[in-house]
Amino acid sequence: MDKLPLLTIITFAPILGMIAISLIPKEKKNAIRWSALLATLPSLLGAVKIFMDFDRTTKAMQFIEGPLNWIPSFNIQYHLGIDGISVTMVILTALISTICIIASWNIEKQLKGYFILFLLLETGMMGTFVAIDFFLFFIFWELMLLPMYFLIGIWGGPRREYAAIKFFLYTMAGSVLILLVMLALYFYSDGHTFNMIALQDQSLHQGPLSSHTFRMALWWGLFIGFAIKVPVFPFHTWLPDAHVEAPTAISVILAGVLLKMGTYGFLRFNYQILPDITVDMIQVIAVLGVINIIYGALCAMAQTDFKKLIAYSSVSHMGFVLLGMASFTSEGLNGAVLQMFNHGTITAQLFLIVGIIYDRAHHRDINGFGGLATTMPRYAVWTTLAFFAAIGLPGLSGFISEVLIFLGSFKTWPWLTTIAVSSVVLTAGYMLWTLQRVYLGKTQEKYKDFPDITRREAFCLLPLAVIVIILGVWPRPILSMMEVSLNALNQSLVPYGAHVASGLGF
Amino acid sequence: MEILNNQDSLWYFLPESVLILTFVVILLFDLPENWSKNRLLAPIVATIGTVLFLALSFYTQQFPEAITFHGMIINDAFTDFFRLFAGLTALITIFLSLKSKEVAQVRAEYWALLVGITLGIPMLAASNNLLMIYLALELISILSYILVGYLHNTKTSSEAAVKYVLYGATASGVMIYGLSLIFGVTGTLNAIEIRQFLISNPAEQLALFIGLLMTLAGFGYKISMVPFHMWAPDVYQGAPTPVTAFLSVGPKAAGFAILLRFIYTALTQDQGGVYVPLKYIDISTLMAVFALATMTLGNFVALQQTNIKRFLAYSSIAHAGYMLMAAAALNTEALRGVIFYMISYLIMNMGAFAVAIAVINDSGSEELSAFKGLGNRGRKGALAAVAMTLFMVSLTGLPPTVGFVGKFYLFSAVIEAKIYWLAVLGVLNSVVSLYYYAKIIKYMYFEEAKEQKPFALTGFSFPSLIVGLAAATVFFGIFWNALSYLTEISAHLLM
Repeated sequence: MDKLPLLTIITFAPILGMIAISLIPKEKKNAIRWSALLATLPSLLGAVKIFMDFDRTTKAMQFIEGPLNWIPSFNIQYHLGIDGISVTMVILTALISTICIIASWNIEKQLKGYFILFLLLETGMMGTFVAIDFFLFFIFWELMLLPMYFLIGIWGGPRREYAAIKFFLYTMAGSVLILLVMLALYFYSDGHTFNMIALQDQSLHQGPLSSHTFRMALWWGLFIGFAIKVPVFPFHTWLPDAHVEAPTAISVILAGVLLKMGTYGFLRFNYQILPDITVDMIQVIAVLGVINIIYGALCAMAQTDFKKLIAYSSVSHMGFVLLGMASFTSEGLNGAVLQMFNHGTITAQLFLIVGIIYDRAHHRDINGFGGLATTMPRYAVWTTLAFFAAIGLPGLSGFISEVLIFLGSFKTWPWLTTIAVSSVVLTAGYMLWTLQRVYLGKTQEKYKDFPDITRREAFCLLPLAVIVIILGVWPRPILSMMEVSLNALNQSLVPYGAHVASGLGF
Repeated sequence: MEILNNQDSLWYFLPESVLILTFVVILLFDLPENWSKNRLLAPIVATIGTVLFLALSFYTQQFPEAITFHGMIINDAFTDFFRLFAGLTALITIFLSLKSKEVAQVRAEYWALLVGITLGIPMLAASNNLLMIYLALELISILSYILVGYLHNTKTSSEAAVKYVLYGATASGVMIYGLSLIFGVTGTLNAIEIRQFLISNPAEQLALFIGLLMTLAGFGYKISMVPFHMWAPDVYQGAPTPVTAFLSVGPKAAGFAILLRFIYTALTQDQGGVYVPLKYIDISTLMAVFALATMTLGNFVALQQTNIKRFLAYSSIAHAGYMLMAAAALNTEALRGVIFYMISYLIMNMGAFAVAIAVINDSGSEELSAFKGLGNRGRKGALAAVAMTLFMVSLTGLPPTVGFVGKFYLFSAVIEAKIYWLAVLGVLNSVVSLYYYAKIIKYMYFEEAKEQKPFALTGFSFPSLIVGLAAATVFFGIFWNALSYLTEISAHLLM
């Protein structure tokens, strides 16, 4: 495989597209759209190649590039690589980004700026998942903020300015904490390194880094930083605002990819660099996960805004990821990462579906619809599929990951898991209730001549739906990619007493 | 270490001598009537003088580091850096002054005054003697008073000048009293000797502490450190915008240079890259408190501002707070950090002022609302808005901009010095600052101007400067090896 820099290509191809688009006159709207699509294709093809070539038998980093010295005086390196934890996220990012470009086809306002920012955002997302150097990771992590701020703030809904700045402030508050932890790890690690793999070596943790209190402070810094992104209760309040105000494609990106960066951060940093504290604090993660699940579901049930409902369902579904991660079992961890992937594909569909109806009705009041299944039958079929996947119906991908999570977490947290399982009923409740209010019942007169789902809209949903169905019956292709890494991660926690957690319960 | 006599020292003083010469020559331009009509003559001479100053300072840089003029002035890498810094700042300011409508009608003395302040910056940064410190500080201050009040027929400008003079006079009065106390306790005016005295002899702690606090009033006023910052907003608002830009970068950097040199030289002991405070005064904690107060006040008050110059004034107070962390961290990392931060601040703040001048030229208004809809006002508007966005992002300290790297350096120093509370509160401060910097971005892109006419930013050179600074903001945010090298060689104090 010598020596195509695949990860560099999938990360920076969008930047090239961005430069190309900035040279196209803004009147040539179609040229801009097609260039944007073209710019995401290298990432998508790269992701396919990674999916084919990924070595499923090792936990080590693969497709490694570098380390190239970038800033020698701080030992900062350009160093990319993926392992079982990040590979599914890379694939997800490439897939969702491409779909979102297609879903953005009907954007008319300042089209050029939109796609430039969108592609910059894609580079940021991709880079976050492939960076092995902490500094590089941080640069990519922060790189996403500004485009996101603009994408929500210019192309968003009525309260877009508020939502945009709220998103920006929340995320930055988290990331400055990550910055401090990064500096502390650098200065106190033996050999002064930003290399995320090297930092996992606990024998490098010298001086203040060997103090339990100090490690605890670092752990919380990282945890809060990433928890804001997930978002974990009580840091979730930016999410409903950002999701509701963002344009459809950006909501899809937010829910599909950005939220996963938080949980990815937990696994990569909290779990691998500070494993002892993670074991100490595991109850916090488990309890917060269950709060997310139940609280998110209850909030979702109370919403009348379609999009806000989906947003809260995201909070609930990300709670499953936390619970799975907190189980310290290989089922739970695998379920958690699979859930990250599945949530990406399922929620993306949900937001696309909301976007489709919003484009036609220009409102999202659940009670303002009714009987859409009669006027838009094909649209209703797509919706039903996505809704059932979100509920976790057997045969669809959401079921597999939730079952894995419950299987794992029940061993460690029987009571908490029992509470969490009740959310399945809640989820079914709000989803089916929404389905009934929007799609069934009496058809409203003014919505009679809504056109059914268009070919472009269906084309966005199609790949996601196919993945949801395939993974629902045959999850091996994805599971096999992450399995080895996650089992090794789980094993690495055992020396710190992870096994003790079993049976503690509540 | 070599202490040179006056005659041998003159070679080291060559760059500054050029500035003195330029200063005098430009003053003569106002005398013959037909010369004073030529508006380009003085700025051109000022530019030539400054370029020559830079060239010569590259020449003197090759000399061995030395203490010159019987211990009055120190020529070390640190001094060399501030020569470079002063020269660059002056060049940008001269350019901005040429482009600003506010100072379109100035006489030659305006340029002479700029050159004079430029002369003061490296002299202050190099001072090793308490009297020399005072002299250099006054050189900068008095010339600044005149520049601030330069728009004779504008009420705000005159008001600003009067306030500046009153504050400045009080501060320097307090300072010189403080200096006399330090002299009284230690029996010497030489900063190096002060340290040596304090290490080996018992000293009157209270008198020393009071003397130090009073001295800090003088330094603090120069760098707008809370609680000596009150003059800054009014002066920044009233002064001609290019002068404001200059004051917020050049003299401020000089203030920092001398503050750091004085603290590091006189009050700490170098123990292999860590500067340990002498037993009498916990200078580290004292400066940490000042740093926190300064950044917090600057950031929170900036949230309320509606005038672009007041806005940038409070922003510059906040940045003074970040830089003050270097006076608390007391290690080589901190010296490097503050040097890097000054470079980054030069780029991004000058950039922000350049766009502000363009906007003021276009609208005649200094209100923030003049920025509304800038992003959609033609090609030039889009260009200015993109550049301003980058400057704001950089001032906030987000990657990939040079401002982030500056913060990275400074917070590294604080973490290394293990002052965790300051690090945490400092980064949270930068979150607060995001809110007001983002406000400008919001105005430019999310809102509409009253009349959405194309933005007037004519010519080639002015847009080029803005683009150049914006490009530098991003370029040095990603590839900062060169700057990193510069900070490494410059962070060396001869003590």
